[in-house]
Amino acid sequence: MVGSFRAELVKLTKRPAVWLLLGIALALGALFAYVIPYLGATTGTAGPTADRGLAAVLPASIVGNTLAGYPVFLGALLVVLGVLFVGGEYGWGAWKTVLTQGPSRGAVLAGKLSVLTLAALGFVLAIFLMGTVASLLIAAAEDASMTFPSAFDILRGIGAGWLIATMWTMFGAVLGILLRGVALAVGLGLVWMLVVQNLISELAAPLLPWVDSAQRGLPGPGAGSLVSSLGAPVGTPGVEAVLSGGPATVVVAAYLVGFVALGAVVLRRRDIL
Amino acid sequence: MEPVVCEKLTKRYGEVVAVQDLDLVVRAGEVYGFLGPNGAGKTTTLRMLLGLVRPTGGKVLLHGRPPGDLSGVGAMIEGPAFYPYLSGRDNLRVLASYAGVEARRIDVVLDLVDLAARSRHKYATYSLGMKQRLGVAAALLKDPTLLILDEPTNGLDPAGMADMRALIRRLGAAGSTVLISSHLLAEVSQICDRVGIIARGQLIEENSVAELRGAAGLRIQATPVEHAASWLRLVLGTAAVTVVDGGLDVTVDPARAGEINESLVKAGVSVSELRPRERDLEQVFLELTGGESNGR
Ligand SMILES: Nc1ncnc2c1ncn2[C@@H]1O[C@H](COP(=O)(O)OP(=O)(O)OP(=O)(O)O)[C@@H](O)[C@H]1O
Ligand SMILES: [Mg+2]
Repeated sequence: MVGSFRAELVKLTKRPAVWLLLGIALALGALFAYVIPYLGATTGTAGPTADRGLAAVLPASIVGNTLAGYPVFLGALLVVLGVLFVGGEYGWGAWKTVLTQGPSRGAVLAGKLSVLTLAALGFVLAIFLMGTVASLLIAAAEDASMTFPSAFDILRGIGAGWLIATMWTMFGAVLGILLRGVALAVGLGLVWMLVVQNLISELAAPLLPWVDSAQRGLPGPGAGSLVSSLGAPVGTPGVEAVLSGGPATVVVAAYLVGFVALGAVVLRRRDIL
Repeated sequence: MEPVVCEKLTKRYGEVVAVQDLDLVVRAGEVYGFLGPNGAGKTTTLRMLLGLVRPTGGKVLLHGRPPGDLSGVGAMIEGPAFYPYLSGRDNLRVLASYAGVEARRIDVVLDLVDLAARSRHKYATYSLGMKQRLGVAAALLKDPTLLILDEPTNGLDPAGMADMRALIRRLGAAGSTVLISSHLLAEVSQICDRVGIIARGQLIEENSVAELRGAAGLRIQATPVEHAASWLRLVLGTAAVTVVDGGLDVTVDPARAGEINESLVKAGVSVSELRPRERDLEQVFLELTGGESNGR
């Protein structure tokens, strides 16, 4: 178990694709959560989010502003991370190499998912650090207030981000296991994140009342409601208040547990080809 | 405790019966050759031994235990599979962590397969033969008492094949049990104590290499051949002599070659060639397996 964890940690940290994903997340996060809203507030014309103004990109709003990406776009990158990390074993045929060294399938998966959980925390902390630097730079440039939210609010925000980020990586991991590979799992994962979720909340839910109530039980709206309850600006894609904070946390956590359990059962039962 | 015991082992993939009622015992300390044409069920059997594939029926015991506990067992199944973005050494480092093996084994096995010089290069840049060697190195990490290798000489050049055979012979001599699969009887015959031949999922022959080669005898070229044949039939019995391709195949202890030569010469026959006769191993193999692959 400890050995599996160490092995997975080496595999994660030495994989260039992981760092590429993190780099893209930071660059896009900085662009869409800070640079564009800042330019919009100072120089732009009246757009749909212009009224949020400068306040949204100052240190005081850091929790909501950095969390806003998790329901869709940061979430999509985390799904890709989960798929790559688990589906790659199928793609390279490496399961047999790993398992003939002796660890049980359960131990390998436990090591893998622990490392993914840690990676999700690293991801959330990196995004938060980016937000800190960006908001301080903006505050300095605009001569605005540099006060951050309370330590409790920050920790709660990081915790919520970590929970959602972990849930999405587990979604990717279970897709990799179910589809035994990377390509189809990434494709379908992204279709779900970027297309289906949108169609459900924008198209189906307003038309059909039962879809509207059912979507409250889906992971995306759960994540959207959780970050919205912590101050993420409604209007960011995927951020919506269909649930209050408590139930939203339960929904996200339930999916996390469900994905792990499903992955473990399927991996244990199937033949390794 | 026998290292490998299969009883009535069966694996079905839908319609396809990959392995059927296979009884196989590999004894401690022997090098066992597991032979069969393409699609015969070799890899499937080895996967079941290692617990990668669940049998449809029958039983597998490794060191008397059901598969799952692989301590002391090293294996490479159907070609090497590693992480392309890691170096050969880092790949082994990762696997050593899974296996709970100390890191210093890594240098030992890299030397064993002659890969130390390139160990810091990325796996993706390795040639086919180097990948194969890394696969064998990984199988040796645990210093296994039972080593299972699925076509280990695949993709190796002649020197590499010779090295591999020497390595396997060394491991066998050191007391390890080795189970090695191959398509080529001639290849494993040089290193194996016993050979099992599988075709269409069933074990059709299990024997020592010497016995597989079959009845020994002499091959004689002589003139006039008819005269020689009738003389030898008189001396050795009608059944012992057949005329093949203008020469004689004689079933007799090859140690009697001198005596037979002398008697032929005395009978007025000139002997131009006289040598021990062995059945050609590949011929044996083709006869036993029906001469075709089971790929279908
Ligand atoms: N996952 C699978 N699904 C369906 N059929 C399979 C599967 N794996 C193997 N088979 C079938 O089982 C039979 C035995 O295959 P196996 O790989 O064990 O042969 P092999 O003896 O290793 O052949 P080769 O010498 O080509 O490696 C073949 O007919 C193959 O098509
Ligand atoms: Mg095979």
